[in-house]
Formats: sequence, structure tokens, C-alpha cells
Amino acid sequence: MDSNLLVHYGPALLRGFGVTILCWAAGCAIGLALGFALMLLRRIDVKPLRWIIRAYIEVIRGTPFLIQLFLLYSGGPAIGLRLEATTAGILGLGVYGSAYFAEIFRAGYQAVPKGQVEAALSLGMPYGGILRRVILPGMLVSTIPALVNMMAILTKETVVLSIITVPELMYEMQTMAAETFASFETILGMALFYWLLVEAVSRLGRRLETRMTRFLSHPSNARA
Amino acid sequence: MAVTDTPTASVQRVAAADDTAPMVTIRGVSKAYGSNEVLRDIDLTVNKSEVVCLIGPSGSGKSTLLRCINFLEVYDRGEIRIEGQLVGYSETTPRRRLSNAELRGLRRNVGMVFQQFNLWPHMTALENVAEALVQVRGLDKIAAAERARLMLARVGLADKADSYPSRLSGGQQQRVAIARVIAMEPHLMLFDEPTSALDPELVGEVLQVMRDLAAEGMTMVVVTHEMGFAANVADRVAFLDRGRIAAFGPPRQVFHESPEPRLTQFLQTYHERNSF
Repeated sequence: MDSNLLVHYGPALLRGFGVTILCWAAGCAIGLALGFALMLLRRIDVKPLRWIIRAYIEVIRGTPFLIQLFLLYSGGPAIGLRLEATTAGILGLGVYGSAYFAEIFRAGYQAVPKGQVEAALSLGMPYGGILRRVILPGMLVSTIPALVNMMAILTKETVVLSIITVPELMYEMQTMAAETFASFETILGMALFYWLLVEAVSRLGRRLETRMTRFLSHPSNARA
Repeated sequence: MAVTDTPTASVQRVAAADDTAPMVTIRGVSKAYGSNEVLRDIDLTVNKSEVVCLIGPSGSGKSTLLRCINFLEVYDRGEIRIEGQLVGYSETTPRRRLSNAELRGLRRNVGMVFQQFNLWPHMTALENVAEALVQVRGLDKIAAAERARLMLARVGLADKADSYPSRLSGGQQQRVAIARVIAMEPHLMLFDEPTSALDPELVGEVLQVMRDLAAEGMTMVVVTHEMGFAANVADRVAFLDRGRIAAFGPPRQVFHESPEPRLTQFLQTYHERNSF
């Protein structure tokens, strides 16, 4: 690999790296928040609302992210939604992730033992407090592996943003490849980068999981 | 707010407030799942400071009846009143079911102890007891922790305050669950088979705490298979069979003088089990 390449393209790649991380983090944050809200709304016993949310989840999960992103970015202006590329990319990632996160949260909510909620109800605790102090911690324990998995998947989905000209890593790499014809190095470098990113997310997830489930440990494996 | 009183004193004060009005009145309560009638026309009155045990074979409706009293379970017909207040339905709009939010005022005065303890596993014993004190009684964190410590001491678990439920035995978990309830100074306590999930050698410690509560004048409705407890601690015993109260009265009368053949048959299984 030509070291001049790195000197010349290094800053752009670094910027791309930053944009990738930013899009991923912001997309995850939106996806998690929206997914949680969708899960809660879905629990309200109003049929039309349930249908709408269900349709939303089915459509998002049933269509490729690339197409959703095109619709948002290129189709958006048709309904007066004119978004800058990076904004559209982040929003797209968030919307895409939200459908999956909503399903994960739904399973997590159902996994919280009913008796724990009944105990809180019988003490006269308000729903908001029960949700925050009883259900949410219980949910997180059972959903962290699935949430982390989805977040790892989203790191890889960020490459799609290059297609709508978000200047993230893939975009910068493609620019470099097009200008230098060094496509093998480019692709290898990219693969390595995304693998490292996924690995970092997974490790963080495992640490979080250990932390969150500490209270479940028995004396025999307390120091694990 | 009387939270700094010793719990014993406050229980006695509540009991002395108005001894004549009943704590719980159940009138003509029925409940069905489809065509399966689990409760049929139940009448039952529980007076203040009284301990009433509900006994009967599994599926007889005793747990369902207990859970109707704080409306964790919905009843279809009849009415239940706690200290005169209608449980679960609007007083003004007939049969309008109250939401969980509307039931909070009633439930904060009615404690419930569950068969499976239902402690929150991510909180320590102390946090389990303190949580509702903060959220429902509005105590600040320090005052709540202080009071929670007092309650844990009362059930003999002062040294387990910082343990998570997974580190406690079943008997200890159930005592934490009882501490969580008495910290709220309930007027009435409901026990849903509180010792059924325990190893036999741990049953005694939980029953002892319940005996102490009864001695201090707590009003208690107890679903139980512990016939010894029912015989010695209950003021009155109700035998449920297929959704009806088939026998009711002081324990001596129910256990020894009832002509009800289903009851004789039910008690026979206990005699057989204990004669080895």
C-alpha cells in the first residue's frame, strides 16, 4: 500500500470515520427512543393506533434500508420534506432501527414477570414509576444482547448512507478508490474498520450486560 | 405524617379508630371466565383487627377472591368495600371500572404478600422496602431508607439490608416482601399462600412474622394451606369449594364441628399427609 495515499487521503478518511460514528450513534439514539415509544403506544388499547404501529413496523422491516433512504431523501421533497444528506441519513437510520428496537422492547416488556408489576400496583405505585423503576430495569437485562446485536447491525448499515452522498467513511473511501484505482486496499481497509467497530460495540455490550446482571449472581460466582 | 411512629403503635391506632365498622365487606361477589364460574355469590365480612383464613382445595377460588379485594382481579357481580369504599368500580357511575391510577388511593392502604414474593430482583432488600415509601408516601430518600431499615429489623433481617433477593433464602425474601408492605402502614394485609413456595424448614420464620402482626392487631386475610396457622391464629376460617364459601366460622367450629362433607374430605388429605 502506497504510504502517500494515506498522507493524501488520511484527513478525509478520518473525517469520514467521524461522520460514520456520528450517524451511527445519532441513528441508534433516535431508533432506541422511537422504538421504546412505539412499544409503549402499542400497549394502549386503541385498535386503529395498534394497526398503524403494526403496519409501520411491518413496512420498515419488510423493505430494504436502501429503498427507505431513497424515499426519504429523494422522495421527501415531493411532500415538502427537504433534508440535508446527513440529516436524512441519521433520520433514516433511526426510523429503520426503531422498528426492530420496538420489537425487541416488546419482547422485553413481556418478559418482565407479571408478579413484579402486581407487587408495585398493590403498593399503589404510579405507572410512570413502575415503568421506570421496575419494568425498564427488568427489560434491559433480558434485551441487552438483542439491542447490542441490532446496534452492531446498524454500524454496517451506515455504509448505505454513502449512496445519498453522506460524507461518511464509505463515501470517502469510494472517492479515494475512484481517484487512485487502489480498490483492493480500500476494500480491505474498510472491512477491517467496520469489523473493529462492530467488535467494539459488542464488547461494550458484553460489559454492560455483566454490569446490569450483577444482582442476579449467586455468592458462588460473585467474583466472575 | 406518622411515619416516625413505631409501626406497632400505628397499627394499634388504626385499629382503635373505629372498631365497629367492618374493614372488608364482600356482598354477592361472582366472577366467571367464560362459562367457568370461579366465584359464586360470595358474602364475607372481615372486621378490624381480625384474621380470616381462606382454605380450600386448589381451584376453589380462594386466591381469586383474595385478589379481587385489591382489584388485581376483576369481579363481575356484587360489591366489595374496604372501609366503606367501593373497590374497583365508580361509586357514581354504575359498573364503570376504575383504572389503575384511580385505584392507587385504595391500594396504598391494602398491602399484599404474594406466593412468589415478587421482590424486584435489581434492588437490594433495603431498596425494595424503600421504593414505595418514596414513590407513594413521598418520603425523601434518606427518610425512606431509614424507615426501610427499621422495617427490615422488625422482620429480623437488619443484616440483609444490602443483599439482593438472589442472595436470600425464600423465607428471607418473603420476610422482605412483608417488610415492604408493613412499611406502608396498611390498614389491611392480604396474604396469597405466603408459605407455599417455601422449603418446609423456612415456613416457620414467615409464619412467626405473621403471628406477630396478628398479635399487634393487623387486619389480615390469609389464603393458606397451613392448617396449624389457621387453627391457632385465625379468628375465623372460610372453607371455599368450587367458588362458594361452604363453611365459615371460628376455627374450632370449622375444623371439628362442620357437617360439610367436602370439608371433611379436604381435611382428611391433611391428616393423611401428616401421619407418616
